[in-house]
Amino acid sequence: MSTTSPLQNAFSQKHLLAIADLNPVEITDLLDRAETMVQVSRQQRKAKHTLAGRTQINLFFENSTRTQSSFEIAGKRLGADVLNMAVSTSSVAKGETLIDTATTLNAMQPDVIVVRHSASGAVKLLSQKVGCSVINAGDGTHEHPTQALLDALTIRRHKGRLNGLTVAICGDIANSRVARSNLMLLNAMNVRTRVIAPKTMLPAGIEHIAAEVFTNMEEGLKDADVVMMLRIQHERAAGQQIPSVREFYRFYGLDERKLAFAKPDAIVMHPGPMNRGVEIDPAIADCDRSVITEQVEMGVAVRMAVLEALLANDEVQS
Amino acid sequence: MSNVLIVKNARIIDPATNKDIRGSILIKNGKFVDIVEGDMAAPEGATVHDAQGRIIAPGLVDLRVFTGEPGREYRETLKSASDAAAAGGVTSALIMPDTNPVLDDAALIDFIARRARDNADINFYPAAAISKGLSGEDISEFGLLKEAGAKALTDGRKSIQNAALLKTAFTYATNFDMPVIHHVSDASLTGSGVMNAGLLATGLGLKGIPHIAESIPLDRDVQLAQATGVRYHAAQISCSNSSEIIARAKTKTDRISAGISINNLCLNENDVGDYRTFFKLAPPLRSEDERQCMVAALADGTIDVIHSAHDPQDMEGKRRPFAEAVDGAVGLETMLSAALRLVHDEQVDIITLLRAMTSNPADLIGIEAGRIQKGAPADFTEIDLNYPWVVAEEQLKSRSRNTAFEGARFSGKVTATFVSGVKIYELADA
Repeated sequence: MSTTSPLQNAFSQKHLLAIADLNPVEITDLLDRAETMVQVSRQQRKAKHTLAGRTQINLFFENSTRTQSSFEIAGKRLGADVLNMAVSTSSVAKGETLIDTATTLNAMQPDVIVVRHSASGAVKLLSQKVGCSVINAGDGTHEHPTQALLDALTIRRHKGRLNGLTVAICGDIANSRVARSNLMLLNAMNVRTRVIAPKTMLPAGIEHIAAEVFTNMEEGLKDADVVMMLRIQHERAAGQQIPSVREFYRFYGLDERKLAFAKPDAIVMHPGPMNRGVEIDPAIADCDRSVITEQVEMGVAVRMAVLEALLANDEVQS
Repeated sequence: MSNVLIVKNARIIDPATNKDIRGSILIKNGKFVDIVEGDMAAPEGATVHDAQGRIIAPGLVDLRVFTGEPGREYRETLKSASDAAAAGGVTSALIMPDTNPVLDDAALIDFIARRARDNADINFYPAAAISKGLSGEDISEFGLLKEAGAKALTDGRKSIQNAALLKTAFTYATNFDMPVIHHVSDASLTGSGVMNAGLLATGLGLKGIPHIAESIPLDRDVQLAQATGVRYHAAQISCSNSSEIIARAKTKTDRISAGISINNLCLNENDVGDYRTFFKLAPPLRSEDERQCMVAALADGTIDVIHSAHDPQDMEGKRRPFAEAVDGAVGLETMLSAALRLVHDEQVDIITLLRAMTSNPADLIGIEAGRIQKGAPADFTEIDLNYPWVVAEEQLKSRSRNTAFEGARFSGKVTATFVSGVKIYELADA
């Protein structure tokens, strides 16, 4: 049985594919659910049995220790049977197409499939070929909705609200699904969004997505409530999007001098894994304004909330 | 020592403001303090320079100067380039990054700026490489290079072939508001060409370089510049295909400009004559018709900048069969005199000509130079418009003697040059 009655259930979707599909009421509902899940995870016995007997498959076509573990723990704390499909050992390595894989998994009657894929749109394609709920755990450079939800939860817990805050997202905006999902969510929640990046890391049309676009960190961080750093894929970017790590760090790495332009109580976030000394000064990553480890904790809570909400809808429908 | 200088009996030309007056100039602490028509009472203790009715123009700004420092000091040092520049009226020069090592690192830019301060009389400004090692592969650290003192980005003699890299470079340059100066030459169309494609090349049995080897990559650059908004300067164009592209671009944006080498403005392919390697240049000398088109493009403002393309090469590189010889010629000392031919021929007025060698190039790289205006640095040159002389390579101050004007008869010469109000050159028998 679901703990939430159908009438109270504002989140009524079958899948979680993109933040762009959600309205502010649904986002708030998921964040409120996640808030209660934080308490579950902080108990000694972290067990809730709302998903007992349900099957969750984590299907990760891209390696991710952190996100996969987070989804696994979230499912297990809710009592679900969780199966991790390691793609390198699966039939995908033998040349099976995405749709064949989906059809095969669907025949095993799972209740939810959590998917990460390197191609934008692949998760949506898969969701059209299975009967169960699908959660997007990151598709290419498109979206990573649970990351945006966990970031929002972290911000809300520190600032008491989202409405009216100024959030600066810094780094490789062009190649970041985290940035896209965050911008969608924060814009929906009436947050003043800013992106800060060298022009080579800004995608076309970004000025229509973020409220403000900066190429100068000092200007972009001015009076920000939240500073959200992105991971730089420096092996790929060096010489192409940016000339070098040292130049990027000089102009766009978050250090004490640049952080001083943000509000005195601004918090520092990073989706991980961090490149210390590339996008962030190690001292800043570890300082008391950094909420980076808390983001990881909120990740489990948000994923529990999403799993429960999706499968509760499922029960209502059946 | 007096820090007050009066220049009297001068024909003062300030191209930036279209000023051409008979008057006097007061200079204090290295800066212009007053510019008046007629005479001026000399303050007590002031040094007086009598221009004897000659032209006093802003010191020339040369955007394309190669030196051998570091790495090939036997060709040219900053000191010898400075001496040559002073004799040619050039008081500010942009140094090309084609050195050994290449100027693609902030530490090297800093080194060159310090060396120039310590050893040279004129102002040298380093340009940094667009691509690391001039390899045309990865962009260099524009932000750090600018902080170290680089005034512009260029790959010097090299032309970047990869359009995606250029797009990245142009985009990243806007991030730091750095002008990009690019020599355009399509490697595949240039092939093994060594002079202008045409009847002469065919007669000499030399492989030709067609106009389109320049205009096709220029068109690409202009489209990329318009898409990215970069401050783009085509380093040196040589044919009407190219000037038409620039003229068209200028109807849409003021962030695109073009330069020309003094060689392409004053010489043509006939000068190659009997395989004379001192006329082996990049871009190649074109036909007389094309040269005339370039003069017209300068006169109508399509071409903004004239540079010397000063490129010292040792005899080893030049005393070879034409196809094997290196490109380039020295030019600092002869640029102005050669350019004055266009004035004497009444093809270009003197203010337009001087603007292309003073305020236009200064504004492009954002330096406070190229103008005779209150508060500006007192860098200026005195020109005797009709002074007759013959170029003799043994009299050149450059360490290299590869001039394309050996034996040329000129009317007009720099008779004195001042930097920050200090005389750094004076013609002996003026």
